[in-house]
Amino acid sequence: MSNEREILEPVEQQDLFTFAKFDEQAAERIGYSDYSYWGSTVRVFMKNKVAVSLLVVMIGLLAFTFIQPFLPNQKDPTKIYTDPVTGIQLRNHPPSKEFWFGTNSIGQDLWSRVWSGTRTSLLIGILVGIWEVCFGITVGALWGYVRQLDALITELYNIINNVPTTIVLMLLTYIMRPSFQTMVLAMCATGWLGMARFVRNQIIIIRDREYNLASRCLGTPTYRIITKNLLPYLVSVIVLRMALAIPSTIGWEVFLTYIGLGLPLDTPSLGNLVNEGRQAMMSPSLRYQLIFPSAVLSLITISFYVIGNAFSDASDPRNHF
Amino acid sequence: MLRYALRRLWQSFVTVFIVITLVFLLMRLLPVEGYFAESYDKLTPEQKEAILKSIGVLDPWYVQLRRFYSDLLHGDLGTSIVYRPKVPVREILAPKIPYSVAFGLSAIAISLVLGLGMGVWQARDKGRFWDKVWTGYIVFINAVPSAVYLLFIQLYVTQITKLPILFDRDRPISWILPIISMSLGGIAGYAMWMRRFMVDELNKDYIRLARAKGMSSTAIMIKHVLRNAFVPMAQYLPTSVLLTISGSIYIESLYSIPGMGGLLVDAIQRQDNPLVQTLVLIYSTLGILGLFLGDILMAIFDPRIKLERRGGSR
Repeated sequence: MSNEREILEPVEQQDLFTFAKFDEQAAERIGYSDYSYWGSTVRVFMKNKVAVSLLVVMIGLLAFTFIQPFLPNQKDPTKIYTDPVTGIQLRNHPPSKEFWFGTNSIGQDLWSRVWSGTRTSLLIGILVGIWEVCFGITVGALWGYVRQLDALITELYNIINNVPTTIVLMLLTYIMRPSFQTMVLAMCATGWLGMARFVRNQIIIIRDREYNLASRCLGTPTYRIITKNLLPYLVSVIVLRMALAIPSTIGWEVFLTYIGLGLPLDTPSLGNLVNEGRQAMMSPSLRYQLIFPSAVLSLITISFYVIGNAFSDASDPRNHF
Repeated sequence: MLRYALRRLWQSFVTVFIVITLVFLLMRLLPVEGYFAESYDKLTPEQKEAILKSIGVLDPWYVQLRRFYSDLLHGDLGTSIVYRPKVPVREILAPKIPYSVAFGLSAIAISLVLGLGMGVWQARDKGRFWDKVWTGYIVFINAVPSAVYLLFIQLYVTQITKLPILFDRDRPISWILPIISMSLGGIAGYAMWMRRFMVDELNKDYIRLARAKGMSSTAIMIKHVLRNAFVPMAQYLPTSVLLTISGSIYIESLYSIPGMGGLLVDAIQRQDNPLVQTLVLIYSTLGILGLFLGDILMAIFDPRIKLERRGGSR
C-alpha cells in the first residue's frame, strides 16, 4: 500500500500528511471545561442587586430573630405587664422607651411578641417547605418514572387539585381542631401538589431528551445522569419552592387565624398578631398594633419571594451563558 | 371536540362524587358538639343521646351516607343547627348566592380586562419605566399575604376616598372597594402570564421576519403576538376562578357582604356542622366546574392540544 502511494504521488506531498499519535492528555483537554454549576449560579445571582441587598437584610433579620431572646433586657412575649405603682395592667401602652413596639390590649410586650411570632411562623414555613420538597420530589419522581403509577397518581392529583386550597385547608383545620400540629399537617397535605407536578413534568421532558439518550448510549452511569443532567434542572424549582413556602404559609396562617382556625392565642405568631391588630385598627391611636407586625411580615414575605425568584433564575443552567 | 368535552364532563362528575363522599365522611370525624343548638354542658347525657339520635349521627356511616345522597338528590341540604337553628340550609343560602355570584363574576371580568391590558402594556414597554412599576405591583401582590394588604386597603383607602367601610345593599358606591379588592390578585396573575407569553412570542423568528418585511410594530403586536399569546392564557383562567373563590371568602367577610363566603366564616366560627358541610361542598363543586370550563375553553382556543391523552402526557 505505502509503496504504491510513493510511486503515484510526488515526494513533497507525502510530508503533508502524517498520522497523529494518540495523546491521552490532549484528548482530555477537549473534554475539560471550567464550568462549575454552583459557581455560575452564585455569579448570576450576584448580578441581581435588589435580591442581594434583600438577602443581606434577610440574613440579618433571621439572625436577629433567633438571637433576640438571648439578648439582655428582653421581655417575655406571653407575660402580662402591670404598672409597678398602681398594679394595673399596661393595656394598649403606645410605643415608648420601655416597650419599643408598645403593648397589646392585655398588656403584653409587642416587641418580643413580634419576634417570637416570627420564629413560630418561620418554623411552620420551614417545616412545610422541607416536607414539600421531600414528599413532592418523591411523588413527582415516582409519577414521572414509574409508568404503572402514572394513571393512578394523575387521577389522585386531579381530585385534590380540583378543590380550592383554601377550602381544603379550612376543612382540615376545622376537623382536626386548631393547633400548631394541625396547621403544619394541613399545609403539608396541600403544599406538595405543585412540586410533584412540576418534577413529574420536568422528568418526562428531560428523561427522553437526545443528550440523555446519548449519555446513556455512551455508558454514563445512572447516578451521573441524575446528578449532572437531571438535577440542575430541578435545583431551580426546589429552591424556589422552599423560598416561596415561607410567604405562602404565612399568608395561609393569617387567613386561617382570621376565620378562627389559627394557632391558640397563647402562641404568638404573625397571624395571631395581625389578627389582634385588626381588632384594634379602628381607633387611630392603636393602629401601631397592626402596623408593626404587618411591616415585619411584609418585609419577610417580599424578601423571600424576591430572593427565591432571583436564585431560581440564577440556578437555571440556561441563564448561565 | 364533543367527545373530549363529554369525557371531561364525566371526569368532573366522578371527581365531584368522590369529593362529596370524602367531605361527608371527614365531617363524621368531628366531635359531636357541633350538633347542639343549646350549650353543650347544660344537657344531661340522655338528652344529648336523644338529640344525636334524632339527627341520625349515631347510625353507621354507610346508612348516613346513603341517606345523605338521597336527601341531596331531593334537593335537601340539611338543617342549620347553630347559625339559625332549625332553618333549612337551602333557605339560608338562597338569598346569599346572588351576591356571591355578582361579586365573583364582576371581579373575574375586571381582572381579565385590566390584567390582560397591563400584560400587553408591560410587554410593549419591556425593561422601561412602566414595566418595572407593574412588575413591582405583581411582586407585591404575590408576596404579601392578601389577608394583610386587603386589611390596609379597607383601612386607608376608605379614609382617603371616603368610600363606605362596610357593604351596604342600597348604596352602589359600597360595591366598588370589595370588587376592586377581589380583582387585585387576578390582575397580577393575568398580567404576569400575559407579559411572559408575549415576551416569549416576541423573541421568535417569525416576528423578526415580519419586522424585516416592514410590518408596523402595532400590526405585529395585534396580529401575531397578541393572538398567539392568548392561547396559553386560557390555561390561567381556571386558576383565576379558584383564586377569586378563595379571595371572596375573606373579602365578603371583611366587608360584611351577605354572601356565601362570609357565611362560611360565620358557620366555622360558630361550628355549625351541616352548614359548613354544605358550603364546603358548594365551593368544591365550583372549583371543579371552574377547571372544567377552563379546560374546555383551552381546547376551543388551541386546536393543537392533544385531546385524546390529556391526563397522561401533558
